[in-house]
Parts: sequence; C-alpha cells; structure tokens
Amino acid sequence: MIPLSHYLVVGALLFAISVVGIFLNRKNLVIILMAIELLLLAANMNFVAFSHYLGDLSGQVFVFFILTVAAAEAAIGLAILIVLFRTRRSINVQDLDRLRG
Amino acid sequence: MHGQRIQPTDEQMSFLQIVFYIFAAILIGASIMVVTVRNPVRAALFLVLAFFNAACLWMTLEAEFLAIALVLVYVGAVMVLFLFVIMMLDIDIAQMRAGFTNYLPLGIIVASVMAGELILVMLSGEFGSAQMPRPGGHGETYSNTEALGQLIYTDYVFAFELAAIILLVAIIAAITLTLRRRPQTRYQAPEEQVRVRKQDRLRIVQLPSGKEDDA
Repeated sequence: MIPLSHYLVVGALLFAISVVGIFLNRKNLVIILMAIELLLLAANMNFVAFSHYLGDLSGQVFVFFILTVAAAEAAIGLAILIVLFRTRRSINVQDLDRLRG
Repeated sequence: MHGQRIQPTDEQMSFLQIVFYIFAAILIGASIMVVTVRNPVRAALFLVLAFFNAACLWMTLEAEFLAIALVLVYVGAVMVLFLFVIMMLDIDIAQMRAGFTNYLPLGIIVASVMAGELILVMLSGEFGSAQMPRPGGHGETYSNTEALGQLIYTDYVFAFELAAIILLVAIIAAITLTLRRRPQTRYQAPEEQVRVRKQDRLRIVQLPSGKEDDA
C-alpha cells in the first residue's frame, strides 16, 4: 500500500526544490519561470493525491484550472521576458529594477 | 458516477509501489537538475522529464485525463515555448552563473527548513494508511475523462468559461506584448486598397489634340 503521505512528501520535496531554484538562479529569469512551473506542479500533485484518496473528483477539476492558468502565466511571462530582453539586453533579475523601458 | 471499486491483490499493490518509487525518484532527481544545471536548454529538457514522471505518478492515482493533459499541454506546448525563448535570447551563460554559489547556503537552509516542516506534518500519522486508506481501483468500464467532463460541464461550467476567457486574454496579451512595429518596412495595407475610390487614382485630363489645333 502506498500511503497518501508519500505522495504528499513528493509534493513537498518538489516545492522545496523549486524554492531553492528561485534562490539560486537570481541571474536567469528563464530558470525562475521554470521553477515556478515546478512549484505549481507540486501543488497539483497534492490536489490529485487528495482527490484520489478522498474519492472526490473536484480536486482534479481544480488541477485542470491550475494547468490553464499556469499555461497562460507562462505565455505572458515569456512575452514580458522577451520585451525586457529587447530593451535591456539582459535577463538578470538585478538589472530589471525599473518599470519604464 | 462512481462504479464498483476493485481492491487490488497484494502482488499488484507491491508492483504499483515499485513503480511509484521509481517515478518519484526520477521526478525529484530531474527537478534538482532543472534548478542546478548550467545550460538553460538542458534545464528545459530536464523539466520535460520531470513533467513526464509527474504524469506517470498521476496515472497511478487514476487521473488519466490530467496525466495526458499534462504531457500534451506542458511538454507539447509550454516547454516548446520555453525552448524557443531560450534559443531566441542571446544570453551569456558564464556571466549568468556568477554568484551562483553565494546563494547556495541560504537557499539550502530555507528549503530544508521548509521541506522538514512539511514532511513532519505529512508523516505525523494524519495521512497514513490507517487514517486514509487507499481506495480500490475502478472497473475497466470507468472513464476518468467522462467523469471529469460531467463535473466540468455541470457544476463548474462557469469556471470553465472563465478559464477559456483567461486563455483568450493570454493570447492577446502575449501577441500585443511581443509585436514589434517597424516603420521602415514596406507592407500592403489591404483596408486602404479596398477603400480606394476611382477619383483617388484616376484623373481625366482634357488635353486638346494637336491635330485640331493645327487645323
């Protein structure tokens, strides 16, 4: 038997790893966006696990919506990244401290 | 909606356990590589591996539709978008890596404290096999997609429409953000071409003919 806690531990480890990723890759906005995707995956893992163990499909519906919002967020985030790179020639987070272009 | 649950045999259960631990280990390893690897293209490819393994874990949780959706949406669309953006940007990897190890101790401390706290709660016995036993599997006539669709198109139909609007807004936002107007490039303006009238282009000049003049 795989207990629910093992799925939750996998989700917690994914979450912690992606937080480390945000700390480590301060110079690279692309990896930070990837770490945010991993973070959302960790949350989705918990939703799916609870949905199965509680026998309630609503958790999977929530994961569906999180996937939708995450895809939209990735598309807009990358678009903003491209605009920033065009104006600044850099994707270092420390260089991106002003809103005007 | 919920059909008959079938309790798996011990052999099936232990096989499922082996599958779970293999996929979970690859998932954790791939996600560590995503955040530590030097080359962003490799990070994206490791993220693809992580998503594949997460989809396999969701398969063991009988979330087949979401597992396939994760592979199609993330591996098929979002990761390709990431790869395109990485290859379009002209970034200096060596300069980017400077200061990587400066943040390593702080990051590891914060993450281990957070992971430790989360794991303490999760292994405290509230979510063990005794408190929340694993439900049996559905029969072979059960369709996860059908059950999910019946829920989405009835109880969650408003949220579903909102999700569609969010995607539309995301398309428009992404296109308008990256659209670059170049004034020096020449292009056709079809609306101007269609709107043109005869008198804008054609001018009839009354010219006296030379022969009549002579006569």
